[in-house]
Amino acid sequence: MRGWGNTLKLVVLLLVVWQLMAWFVGDVALRTPLQTVVFTAKLVATPVFWGHFAETAQAFGMALLLAVAIGLSLGFLLGLNRFASEVLEPLLVAVYSIPKITLYPILLLSFGLGIASKVAFGTIHGVIPITLFTLGAVRAVRPVFIKTGRVMGLGTGHMIATILLPAAMPEIFTGLRVGFSLTLIGTLLGEMFASQRGLGFLLMNAIGLHNVDLIMALTFLLVLFAGSASSLLLYLNRRLYERA
Amino acid sequence: MTMRATTAMPSVATAARAQVQVSLRAVDKEFNRTGRGGEAIHALGPIDLELRQGEFFAVVGPSGCGKSTLLELVAGLSTATRGEVAFEGRPIKGRIPDGVGVVFQEDASFPWLSVRDNIAFGLRRMKIDPRERERRIDSALAMMGLTAFAQSYPAQLSGGMRQRVCIARTLVTEPRLILLDEPFGALDQQTRLLMGDEVLNLWRKTGATVFLITHALDEAAMLADRIGVMSARPGRLIDIIETGWSRDRDSRIVQEEAFGAITARLWRSLRSESLKSIGKPEAGP
Ligand SMILES: Nc1ncnc2c1ncn2[C@@H]1O[C@H](COP(=O)(O)OP(=O)(O)OP(=O)(O)O)[C@@H](O)[C@H]1O
Ligand SMILES: [Mg+2]
Repeated sequence: MRGWGNTLKLVVLLLVVWQLMAWFVGDVALRTPLQTVVFTAKLVATPVFWGHFAETAQAFGMALLLAVAIGLSLGFLLGLNRFASEVLEPLLVAVYSIPKITLYPILLLSFGLGIASKVAFGTIHGVIPITLFTLGAVRAVRPVFIKTGRVMGLGTGHMIATILLPAAMPEIFTGLRVGFSLTLIGTLLGEMFASQRGLGFLLMNAIGLHNVDLIMALTFLLVLFAGSASSLLLYLNRRLYERA
Repeated sequence: MTMRATTAMPSVATAARAQVQVSLRAVDKEFNRTGRGGEAIHALGPIDLELRQGEFFAVVGPSGCGKSTLLELVAGLSTATRGEVAFEGRPIKGRIPDGVGVVFQEDASFPWLSVRDNIAFGLRRMKIDPRERERRIDSALAMMGLTAFAQSYPAQLSGGMRQRVCIARTLVTEPRLILLDEPFGALDQQTRLLMGDEVLNLWRKTGATVFLITHALDEAAMLADRIGVMSARPGRLIDIIETGWSRDRDSRIVQEEAFGAITARLWRSLRSESLKSIGKPEAGP
């Protein structure tokens, strides 16, 4: 694989910059990479951390599941129905471009303080890109593929499963990749602003108490998780495109 | 396998007496323009045509005259605006009839499947014994010269090879009517002649009716029992030529005198129509 060399260089560069900044800014605001790793190791040895982690994982998992399920079904529905998509696509794009934080009060009022509103917040971040990418991908499937399926006597279900889905997969996967990151951000934001549990709450709390060690460790963990998950998804996505 | 003995239909004369498989009566096709209020485009017709069971029928005509439109009507992929299309005695009316295989003008190989899986795809809706399935796939691979590429993906093949994948995918279903829309458009002249031989072989072996659209007059003259010549849009049949070839012909007939006579007649019928289709009506005599 060609990509790894560059990834390594990037990681080393980031570490160097981080170290330099830590020296420059001082320990009022930053810790060095080594200090952060040491503190992170201590943090992940505490059961309290795992309690919050489980909470976030659960909320994120549910939000992602919902975003993917709703996004894929809505995307297919709209992609297969020209009229509906002509009406709804501009609306979705508009909703996509407003900062979702403005919807937060409404969500809080409807779902209350707790896991439901975190999940809802995660889902609304992720669901729109998944829908838009799926819709575009389904609509871009070459008509000759669909004709081929029709000549072979495929019904709607088979047509979707054996032709539309695989034909649209590379682009749908791009949507899932974007949706994954945005759902994570949404879930954490949800925890930061209205929750008593989860990593987002822990982070907000640490900021309030000016606990630099904890801020650094949590940020480090989140970046590590999001970074590796994205790289993995990007790698899979590239493999899908190689064939198309 | 519907292996009809080749001796059952040794010549065109016998084929003429054979049953009618496809019939088109006063068929017209119009397309609505996308902009509302625009008048419809008359793409095709009126067409009256009968295809006989087991014959090789070629269609030639100027670009945009409605050849692909005609093929989609016969395949049941679109519905005639007026008139009736029937397959084996039953009207089609936009329902896809069983026993029809189509190879489209565009590349329709699935990029997400290997060559072998592409070909197997044709059989997924058919309930056949796995051994028979493998046998059909292997023989289609061999016939189209793709055995060495069974595990490759379409992206790794040339355009002509991808078209052969599509032919093989249709072949394995053993259709009684094979519709081919310029399947060799992407091939060079020599390979085209050889692929023509393959199509003749397959036609002889399967006993299927072949309906071939082509823009190459020599291809039509070499392959077909009958050649339908279409006018510029809206496409109508302006001539039907019986070639009189024997059933066991091959590409060597291009050296024969009759071959020259047929291509010459095709060109006579087509010249003025082709001029029309590029917007230059015939000036002189
Ligand atoms: N879906 C469609 N909507 C509107 N017009 C169409 C549609 N399909 C075909 N046409 C028109 O019908 C006419 C015939 O098209 P068709 O594709 O059948 O031509 P063709 O003879 O196959 O051409 P070629 O030799 O270039 O493949 C063309 O003028 C085309 O613009
Ligand atoms: Mg065409």
